[in-house]
Amino acid sequence: MTVFWIVIGMSLATMVPRWLSAWVVGRLRLPAWVRRWLNSIPFAALGALVFPGILSVEPKEPAVGLIGGIVAAILAGFRLPILFIIMGAILTVMGMKTWL
Amino acid sequence: MCTKRERPEGLKGVIAAVPIMVGYLPIAIAFGVIAQQTGIPLMPTLLMSMLVYAGASQLMAANMLAAGAGGLEVVLATFVLNFRHFVMGLSLMNLLQRFPLRWKIGLSSGITDETFAMTSLRIRTGEKLTPRFTAGLMLGAWSTWVVGSFLGYSLSQVIPPTISESMSIALYAMFIGLLVPAVREEWRAGGVALASMGLCWGFSQMMASGWAIILATVCGGLLGAFWMKEEVE
Repeated sequence: MTVFWIVIGMSLATMVPRWLSAWVVGRLRLPAWVRRWLNSIPFAALGALVFPGILSVEPKEPAVGLIGGIVAAILAGFRLPILFIIMGAILTVMGMKTWL
Repeated sequence: MCTKRERPEGLKGVIAAVPIMVGYLPIAIAFGVIAQQTGIPLMPTLLMSMLVYAGASQLMAANMLAAGAGGLEVVLATFVLNFRHFVMGLSLMNLLQRFPLRWKIGLSSGITDETFAMTSLRIRTGEKLTPRFTAGLMLGAWSTWVVGSFLGYSLSQVIPPTISESMSIALYAMFIGLLVPAVREEWRAGGVALASMGLCWGFSQMMASGWAIILATVCGGLLGAFWMKEEVE
């Protein structure tokens, strides 16, 4: 029962902010600079999500995640489909882990 | 008017979600395995995947519960770790402005780092998304998350941990795979991303990583507000 209530609490903690965002935006007419700010957020978020989190892919050796990320960036640079990018990075990390 | 031969919008959305599904499956399985090993019963585990729907928080909750943390701590940590979805939601709902409010509320429940990045980058590259397409994308990602958690829970005795561990790079690879093409289109986007990487690294020296990501996203985006070109409607 306790775990159940923790799950409900966690659900409110993640869902209410998501819903609020939809409600707030519909209600306000945002000035141009705020819209430019919100439009830049995907790029800022991607940057912040990747680094430094990627270093913790292998906590004992940050280089593993870093090299995996560089491989992904190179594959993405060749305009490969995203599935190949993911596979390439996974194989790189698996390879490095077996050699460690 | 839509022609009969064309695929329904919802299905197109699900197909667009395939890269997200591929990224989610191993992480969801890893969560299922960890939940089972932590001793969380099956029902709360599945409920968590359905109603919380936030990978990092769920893994953290399992760890915290295993370490004997209290419920309030877990809920607060979940809030901090996921408050970034509020910021992302503001950004995405601004792009989906013309959708009816009930669609926006429903779709906002499906916001994750990945669905947010995928939908907003599609819109930024000039695609016109319909509510059904977006819903298909989000439901595809969500159901993979739930099914994956169930698979992980049921197969936890069989899966060697080394395999699920190597999969943690998958989501990062997807973020990079989304970012690089956007930077080719608009190099300033790369500047914003690089700046927020630096900010996030700096902030993470001072605070929990959830807060660091939120602050770096807000500050990095603010930089973009003055630096990025005017939006072409």
